[in-house]
Amino acid sequence: MTLSRARRAAWPGRLARILVVAIPLGFLAVAFLYPLSSILLTGLSGEAGALGPFGEVFGKASLRSVAWFTLWQAVVSTILTVVVAMPAAYVFARYDFPGRSLLRAAVTIPFVLPTLVVGSAFLALLGPRGALGIDLSSTIWAILLAHVFYNYAVVVRTVGGLWAHLDPRLTEAARVLGAGRWRAFRTVSLPLLRPAIAAAASIIFLFTFTSFGVILVLGNLEFRTIEVEIWRQTMSFLNLPVAAALSVLQLVAVSLILLAYSRYQQRRAVEQRLAPATARKPQTAREWWMVGGTLTFTALFLGTPLLLLVERSLQVGEGWSTAAYTSLTDTSDSLFVPATEAIANSIGFGLVAMIIALVVGILAATVIAYRQGPVSQWFDLLLMLPLGTSAVTIGFGFLVAFDSPIDLRTSPFLIPLAHSLIAIPFVVRTVVPVMQAIRRRLREAARVLGASPFRAWREIDLPLIARSGLVAAGFAFAISLGEFGATAFLVRPERPTMPIAIFRLLGRPGELNFGRAMALSTILMVLTAASIMIIERFRLGETGEF
Amino acid sequence: MTKAVCGTVLLFLLAACGGSEANGTVPTVPDTLTLMTHGSFAVSDGIIERFEAEHGVTVEILRSDDAGAMLNQAILTRGNPLADVIFGIDNTFLSRALDAGILDSYTSPGLTAVPDDLQLDSEHRATPIDFGDVCINFDRSVINDNDAPASLAALTEDRFRGQLVVENPATSSPGLAFLFATIAEFGEEGDYTWKDYWAELKANEVTVSAGWDDAYYSQFSGGAGQGERPLVVSYASSPAAEVVFSETPLDEAPTGVMQAGCFRQIEFAGVLNGSDAPELAAAFIDFMLSIEFQEDIPLNMFVFPANREAQLPPVFVDHTTIPQGVATLEPALIDANRQRWIEEWDAVMLP
Repeated sequence: MTLSRARRAAWPGRLARILVVAIPLGFLAVAFLYPLSSILLTGLSGEAGALGPFGEVFGKASLRSVAWFTLWQAVVSTILTVVVAMPAAYVFARYDFPGRSLLRAAVTIPFVLPTLVVGSAFLALLGPRGALGIDLSSTIWAILLAHVFYNYAVVVRTVGGLWAHLDPRLTEAARVLGAGRWRAFRTVSLPLLRPAIAAAASIIFLFTFTSFGVILVLGNLEFRTIEVEIWRQTMSFLNLPVAAALSVLQLVAVSLILLAYSRYQQRRAVEQRLAPATARKPQTAREWWMVGGTLTFTALFLGTPLLLLVERSLQVGEGWSTAAYTSLTDTSDSLFVPATEAIANSIGFGLVAMIIALVVGILAATVIAYRQGPVSQWFDLLLMLPLGTSAVTIGFGFLVAFDSPIDLRTSPFLIPLAHSLIAIPFVVRTVVPVMQAIRRRLREAARVLGASPFRAWREIDLPLIARSGLVAAGFAFAISLGEFGATAFLVRPERPTMPIAIFRLLGRPGELNFGRAMALSTILMVLTAASIMIIERFRLGETGEF
Repeated sequence: MTKAVCGTVLLFLLAACGGSEANGTVPTVPDTLTLMTHGSFAVSDGIIERFEAEHGVTVEILRSDDAGAMLNQAILTRGNPLADVIFGIDNTFLSRALDAGILDSYTSPGLTAVPDDLQLDSEHRATPIDFGDVCINFDRSVINDNDAPASLAALTEDRFRGQLVVENPATSSPGLAFLFATIAEFGEEGDYTWKDYWAELKANEVTVSAGWDDAYYSQFSGGAGQGERPLVVSYASSPAAEVVFSETPLDEAPTGVMQAGCFRQIEFAGVLNGSDAPELAAAFIDFMLSIEFQEDIPLNMFVFPANREAQLPPVFVDHTTIPQGVATLEPALIDANRQRWIEEWDAVMLP
């Protein structure tokens, strides 16, 4: 944009530009940076001085090995997930087959289930009496498998989302010129997909680097990530200084990773023409085999632990029964929160979190996608940081920070606020690659033809962004439904969400309570699937596929 | 005693007036009492309502899912508390709570019915409300009552090889209680310490689970357990819970309790320092020690009432016994050594 044009820009436009930056930045400062710095300062202002706890962290062999384990398992988990899930991303992006939207929604379910539920499902699969017949519990393999299981959807959604819009003629051209399948993929599709792969990998890396529930349930504390150690220091030892030092360490590590990633992504962002829906029916026998094989693997890998959950919810007492479900509405013993109430709470929080995450996330994505240089990079980094912050730290940060001017410490609003912090990066990661891929020349052409900047944005960008925004909304809602950690560490009046209710039921003796926990997990699974399905349905009404 | 109450109340009123004068408002009678507690807190419908009706207030309950988290939240908000009264600090965290100065002294008249061995704070900042014993449970379909292990030492015998499940003391409250039981039993000095005992347990193929639910449901074979091991660290009241929550009516509990090697967990309530409604908070503590509330505890929280005059429900009478001669450790000793013990346990148990 030239200087003269900038001077001619009307105030509303300039104001809008300021707001686009100010709203997400303000949100992040109030909802994240302020509580985070409050709790870290509290932890680090002890009698040992600010550096004392760091000495303890670096001085202890046990804490050093925690840091090392955190790093290497995250690297391995990430590579494994991307490699294993890539074929499914391709099949879902490129082919149209019966039950496609149902299956694609199903793939996302594992990603949003409470970790402790999946942990127990994996124990049933890989534990001492596992359905597989091999005992992998307390081994790194169980953890890696569970990480791949969780994050499979990230690759299918993020990479598949862009893949669906790659012009298939590019690859076809390469094939015509004599390249083999693999070479055409490697030299044409892969470079174009790189922003999406980097985005998926960075999210997965963050998630596995800060993995908590999976490591706790399957690792038996023989394996501890920094996140688990922060929780352990806080809960078991009430050792806030060391917990704060570990939080800082984790934040620094996560920031470095994100910084490297965003630089990399800046360089790699490729402009390309977004094709409309490119999915088609498999035509040759070979294609049918490939689609069938990939789907079978996906269904088995993701379906088995989930089906085990359903099976356990129906096995109360001898044989099969629905007793666990019928007793969910039971309020006769006050141990139990009526499921209907927990379901309603979860849905309410989810909707609020979704709206916050969408508004802030799309504004932020606009800044990241359209502004060049350090502003955009820092923004990207900042928004991802909540994912790399431990749930305990965020929960306690809210507690220390929000006591004045208005005492919000026990407000139920904090729950969707915390959820939205975790969901915003997803909105950003889903929307930014699409925004960056919108060809600038298309916009310039529109401007040359006399459209105002706003109109060009509205006509060209908005429809594409809206479609990716819908996907992001489904994600944000589903993430909120299954979020457990931050919710558990917030003090709140009696407003249990479904994961909290499941957790409480699991902690009570008796067969019926276990059955109820599994029944509630099953309902949560169905709800998650439904929320994503609705968006799928909605999207089918749109032009294009996204 | 009354003098102490009046003194405390007077102090509070002065503090409250001082506070409100600064804000330039007239002090009003509080209409809400806030209770801070953990996820296991449960009462029957109508019990809390009775307190509300009697005092013309609304009771609001704030929950944390974890007792450690709750205490930390209380410590972080000292002087400007989130609640008026706290319930669920146990004897393993008591010393930390008292040192942090989050509780105000209050001597409830109800304490006369509470055994002295539950009253761990001489200044009455923490009032005992209930207690529960962490004990080894066994699967009666595998182990006869007569063959059950009679002591902690028996668990290292060959006949129990691979049969015991414990929880990790770093992630689980019963797991930590069991570790304390072994430390109380075998000590830190001499030829055979608790570490030697754990090394023997490990050699005898003990299984370590992260949490109680995994240990009980996935590893233990008795009752609702789906596993293969007939011995688990659980609670003295678990057999009663098995009967209450059974799908089919049971005459006999499917699980039994080993009478030796138990560790007693006592749960306390206290008035939070800086509360807006200290009188109400004190009244709520009296209410929690009342027969009505105390008799409601067992079937809701599966622990025993601290008030010795409270009657136990029939299912507790039939299917539980309160173990005699349980292990205890000084709260201050626990607080000073908790982290070291857990780390030493780690070093013994983890490869």
